[in-house]
Amino acid sequence: MSNLHELYQEILLEHNNKPRNFRKLEDANRKADGYNPLCGDQITLYLKVEDDVIADVAFQGHGCAISRASASMLTQSVKGETLAKAEEIFDGFHALITDPDADVDYDLLGDLEMLSGVSAFPTRIKCAVLAWHTLNAAIEGKEDSVTTE
Amino acid sequence: MTTSVNPFDVARIREDFPILKKLIHGKPLVYLDNAATTQKPQAVIDALVNYYVTENSNVHRGVHTLSQLATDAYEGAREKVRQFINAEHDKEIIFVRGTTEGINLVAQTYGRANIGPGDEIIITAMEHHSNIVPWQILCEEKGARLKVIPINDDGELLLDEYESLLSPRTRFVSVVHQSNALGTINPVERIIELAHARDIPVLLDGAQAVAHVPIDVQKLGCDFYAFSGHKLYGPTGVGVLYGRADLLDAMPPYQGGGEMIRSVTFEKTLYNVIPNKFEAGTQNIAGSVGLGAAIDYVNSVGMDNIASWEKELLAYGTERLSEIELVQLIGTARHKGSILSFVMENAHPHDVGTILDAEGIAVRTGHHCAQPLMDRYGVPATVRASLAFYNTKEEIDTLVRGIDRVIEVFSR
Ligand SMILES: Cc1ncc(COP(=O)(O)O)c(C=O)c1O
Repeated sequence: MSNLHELYQEILLEHNNKPRNFRKLEDANRKADGYNPLCGDQITLYLKVEDDVIADVAFQGHGCAISRASASMLTQSVKGETLAKAEEIFDGFHALITDPDADVDYDLLGDLEMLSGVSAFPTRIKCAVLAWHTLNAAIEGKEDSVTTE
Repeated sequence: MTTSVNPFDVARIREDFPILKKLIHGKPLVYLDNAATTQKPQAVIDALVNYYVTENSNVHRGVHTLSQLATDAYEGAREKVRQFINAEHDKEIIFVRGTTEGINLVAQTYGRANIGPGDEIIITAMEHHSNIVPWQILCEEKGARLKVIPINDDGELLLDEYESLLSPRTRFVSVVHQSNALGTINPVERIIELAHARDIPVLLDGAQAVAHVPIDVQKLGCDFYAFSGHKLYGPTGVGVLYGRADLLDAMPPYQGGGEMIRSVTFEKTLYNVIPNKFEAGTQNIAGSVGLGAAIDYVNSVGMDNIASWEKELLAYGTERLSEIELVQLIGTARHKGSILSFVMENAHPHDVGTILDAEGIAVRTGHHCAQPLMDRYGVPATVRASLAFYNTKEEIDTLVRGIDRVIEVFSR
């Protein structure tokens, strides 16, 4: 498979076309905005956190296929998880897309594994991590919008 | 090989640009990002090397021979720039870092001295951030207001709106000559005429235009003209601000330091005459010499030949891209330079850029430092293929094949 096909896998394109949890979360108790100034990707991430557990999560915004698919997969993977576990998933995901030789726990990552092709495209890593940095900001209750720069 | 009947021998021209032989992901580089920066001909690279090998010294400062050689090279470059844009005097050519610094210089000196509370500055809806933000900073400081000439859907300025924006409070007009995001070449003669009828000075942002349109600042009648060397086949880090001598003479200095003074005591400093008054500190001497070499090179090809070949490329590219149903061109002004900005129905510009890169094609994707313009079109970003005279129709065909590839990937 070419690098390009590895990047734009069918599952990624499917998430891009039909992103999961793509809406405003009316009863969110945390929220953050993320922005990638390089390409204009913009995302708002909503969280409903109860007793350190992400009871619900959703996002809105616009961006490239990679940032949209990554955000969509993020919502699936952290929903119902504790904040600590969400952080663990982010660490694993980060290693997956930045270091082709990383020793990652695929059970932990689930569908996110489909984004591994990003590691061959250093200019696109920012697209893939935008939603995750925004998640961190929402968890920490940061008001300012985060950027990938 | 068949012999070309085209008097413009693009294959021969390409030989002058060593980087065009480079392979990207194993494929020949198709460089279509010329609005961001242009590639450098061997003559410019050689001029930089030659300067450092045979002439390097500081200018205007020594009695020794090398210093004189360096000064001659530096001032020789200034004269080349003067001729290139047909300024009346050498002293009207100020070397700066680039367009951005040129515009900031005018905003911070002319602007601060002449613009006050309630005054108005007019720009256009298609400005690069570098012709927006310096004026916003000034407006913030002085309590002045920024007025924006709107555009139509093709990306052409609405001149009637401009006329009605001109008011007794208008103190300055600053307009892009050729838009980097749309390619539109603005009717700057008319813009200047209307402003001058009210004694309002006009700056033209020539960052794009200078490499594609023959420039004659006296004929244009503009008061200031700013451009960057690196978009004119010259080195990065050097650019030019042209200003009319009477205006420059009256303006306060920009930065303080060596070279811009006539005499310094702790009580009082007398400033140097122009252009030195605006060239504080050691300048980018080698870069200026390189820019002079770029101008020589461009002259040897001929601005008119460049403009006509680029026009042919633009027409061909416009036709080919218009044939693709999923592509929508952004920027369809009747009078435009060789820029093809577009969006695709099912693929984000950033994804398009990555897929094209895999084919060796370099395009710019993003907001092109013109976010207000992107908002005007309701798109976060576009893909921009910007052409130079070393580009070929075959390269446009490669771009079209690359776009087909995008469609294939995204229709799975
Ligand atoms: C229209 C326009 N103005 C200004 C600039 C800024 O030029 P520089 O970054 O060389 O100062 C650019 C370059 O991108 C441009 O295209």
